[in-house]
Amino acid sequence: MSFDVLIVGVGGQGTILASNILGEACVAEGRSVRGAETHGMAQRGGSVECSVRIDGRFGPLIDPGSADLLLSFDLLEALRYRHFLKPTGRVVTNTAIITPTPVFTQQLSMPSPEECLARLAPFRPLAVDAADLAREAGSELTQNVVLIGAASHVLPLAPESLLAAIERSVPPKTIEMNRQAFDLGRTRGT
Amino acid sequence: MARQYLLGNEALAHAALEGGMGFAAGYPGTPSSEVIDILRAERPPGVHVEWSTNEKVAFENALAAAWCGVRALFTTKHVGLNVAADPLMTSAYTGVTGGFVILSADDPYAHSSQNEQDSRLYAAMAGLPCLDPTTIEEAHALLRDAFALSEEFGLPVLFRPTTRICHSKADVELGPVPAPQTEATFRRDPRQYVVIPAHTRVLHRRLNEKQPGIRQRLLELGYNEGVVRGRRAVVASGIAASYVREVLPDGVSLFTVRAYPLDHEQLRCFCLEHEEVLVVEEGAPVVEEQVKQSAGCIRVYGKRTGHVPSEGELSPAVVRGALGKAGYIDVTPPSPAPEEGLPPRPPILCAGCPHRAVFFAMRRVFKDAVFPSDIGCYTLGLQLGAVDTTICMGASITVGSGIAQTAGGDVVATIGDSTFLHTGLPGLVNAVYNGANMVLVILDNRTTAMTGHQPNPTTGMTATGEVSPKVSLEALCRACGVVWVETVDPYDMTGLIATLREAQDKLGVRVVIAKKPCVINERRAKVARPRYTVDVSACSGCRTCLRFGCPALALEGETAEITPLCSGCGVCAALCPKGAIGREGRPPAKGGAA
Repeated sequence: MSFDVLIVGVGGQGTILASNILGEACVAEGRSVRGAETHGMAQRGGSVECSVRIDGRFGPLIDPGSADLLLSFDLLEALRYRHFLKPTGRVVTNTAIITPTPVFTQQLSMPSPEECLARLAPFRPLAVDAADLAREAGSELTQNVVLIGAASHVLPLAPESLLAAIERSVPPKTIEMNRQAFDLGRTRGT
Repeated sequence: MARQYLLGNEALAHAALEGGMGFAAGYPGTPSSEVIDILRAERPPGVHVEWSTNEKVAFENALAAAWCGVRALFTTKHVGLNVAADPLMTSAYTGVTGGFVILSADDPYAHSSQNEQDSRLYAAMAGLPCLDPTTIEEAHALLRDAFALSEEFGLPVLFRPTTRICHSKADVELGPVPAPQTEATFRRDPRQYVVIPAHTRVLHRRLNEKQPGIRQRLLELGYNEGVVRGRRAVVASGIAASYVREVLPDGVSLFTVRAYPLDHEQLRCFCLEHEEVLVVEEGAPVVEEQVKQSAGCIRVYGKRTGHVPSEGELSPAVVRGALGKAGYIDVTPPSPAPEEGLPPRPPILCAGCPHRAVFFAMRRVFKDAVFPSDIGCYTLGLQLGAVDTTICMGASITVGSGIAQTAGGDVVATIGDSTFLHTGLPGLVNAVYNGANMVLVILDNRTTAMTGHQPNPTTGMTATGEVSPKVSLEALCRACGVVWVETVDPYDMTGLIATLREAQDKLGVRVVIAKKPCVINERRAKVARPRYTVDVSACSGCRTCLRFGCPALALEGETAEITPLCSGCGVCAALCPKGAIGREGRPPAKGGAA
């Protein structure tokens, strides 16, 4: 059986980099892995999803009701993809919400962060202020690595493998900063 | 080589190099674009890599390379194969000397496409062999070997991955890359390369004579294989076979299809061992029709019987549903439903995208116009009410002139620079030639943005980074016979509106070129513009700026707010009726300009 992770967020937030880190960590541990990504026009600020199936041997897609972990870069998106989780699945999510533009242009209502968390309650959400920890690490751009750190307790991958994968996946100059982001997220996740 | 976690298209680009490919040409299109993008980034020595102006152009360049004995690759998305269909059909007659692979990426569910057509049908129509990988690892091996296969048959080979091969990832082991065959000679043989009727009739017969040999060879290669495990069977092709493997119950047989044409005898023998057969494939019922022909009186389930959806893409859950309907497994309970009532988050033009300003100005000047548009990021102008039609690349101008010639009234068509050069140009020549009354706005951002910012002839750089002459769109339009051509800066809302008003008052074909580099490219090039900010004491909360739809504009309490997404285009400052928006660090200008 594979451990299925759905990474969701808003186009441009770095979900693909996060999925690469998980994939590289699998390769580092000699495990098979499958993933799927959103490319093309959907990336332009739209809702995006990446799947990573750790120990996956078949196709890349995760069915609704079957994901083990939902890793969300935006609290509203966590709610949008909640139905992909299996009953025992977990949510690790950013506390921030980027308000979708239609909320302003079409004057739509939107659930508050408290409502979002309440509706995620069955999946024991771990909510992390990723921007805050990322700034502490040195750059807001490390939010995705903060979230991976926070999720590292749930992921069936060794922290050393994740760190090695981070080093391989981020620009060389930012390795130390990302390492710190991972540690801050991991501490927050305990 | 060690295993790597690779995007399907990365594995395919490398497979082409492993297969000795020496020439690659394509036109960007999701989900195929990264194949050429990776090749051009790697710049393998001795390999020619180009972004061509359209798929027909790319196909013919690659075909010619293969005629010279070089192994060649042409990449396209499925609908691009329509553009290249003319040379495709006859290339099966002429055949090739060097291996020629046509990589046509299908997009079931139309994630980024205008339709869900199936490239396998083109292979059948042309009489070409077709490969349909079921995993990324297989895709890598099949493409690597396809060049040799093409040379063996003397025919182009059509390679058909789908979105979930191209844009999926897996751990893959890459192989060594041989030096490409670079010695190229065109061997003159008019009977093969000049398809006058007397020659082509002979070539058609030769193509037909090759067919039994192709079937036989594919059989020997074992690309299509059946494993008998019971009295019920599934026949599956492409990525759908991966989904089937994931959910197939014990005791059900599986026949996996990876190559066409199928061998009737092989299929018949497999079917005869079973009482019923379920066919699972994405796209058209290509395998299903073959199974029905081969299966005799055995029950065949699939798209025709409603067991498998005829539209969209498959997934393990959908396959499970089909197995349930066919009685192979108990019917599974419905999947959990998505949360209802959430605000949608559709893709949207970027903050500072010059296209948004143009659409806004068009709507302001042309109240009752028809707005035919085209294929690119700017199709998102639909959300701004400034896109009334899109059908295929280049059709904004032709649909525009067609509407202008029949319904009359104001017609304002929009097209991007790359799409204009792709297939827009003949439509413009035609509109001028036939006296259409219309305005054409060329959204010139100097790049092919939607598919990943590939350079094009307006960029001034080739695919591999060599400097090239920049095509002048102004000169090109004038050469087509357009008398009134104006270039405007889309960030200058006042000038933009004035130019569109002037265009409105003229007759004939009028061209406005809205020229500004893509804001994403500007950011990458570190072009820094000061952000804009709202003077909350002056903001009346009228929401005029919010209706502009820029993702950097938000409402904070009762007043507008500009978020850090702002790229400093300043268009919202021109729209604000209270003059409440200004550059950071500067007092706002008084009064709106527009």
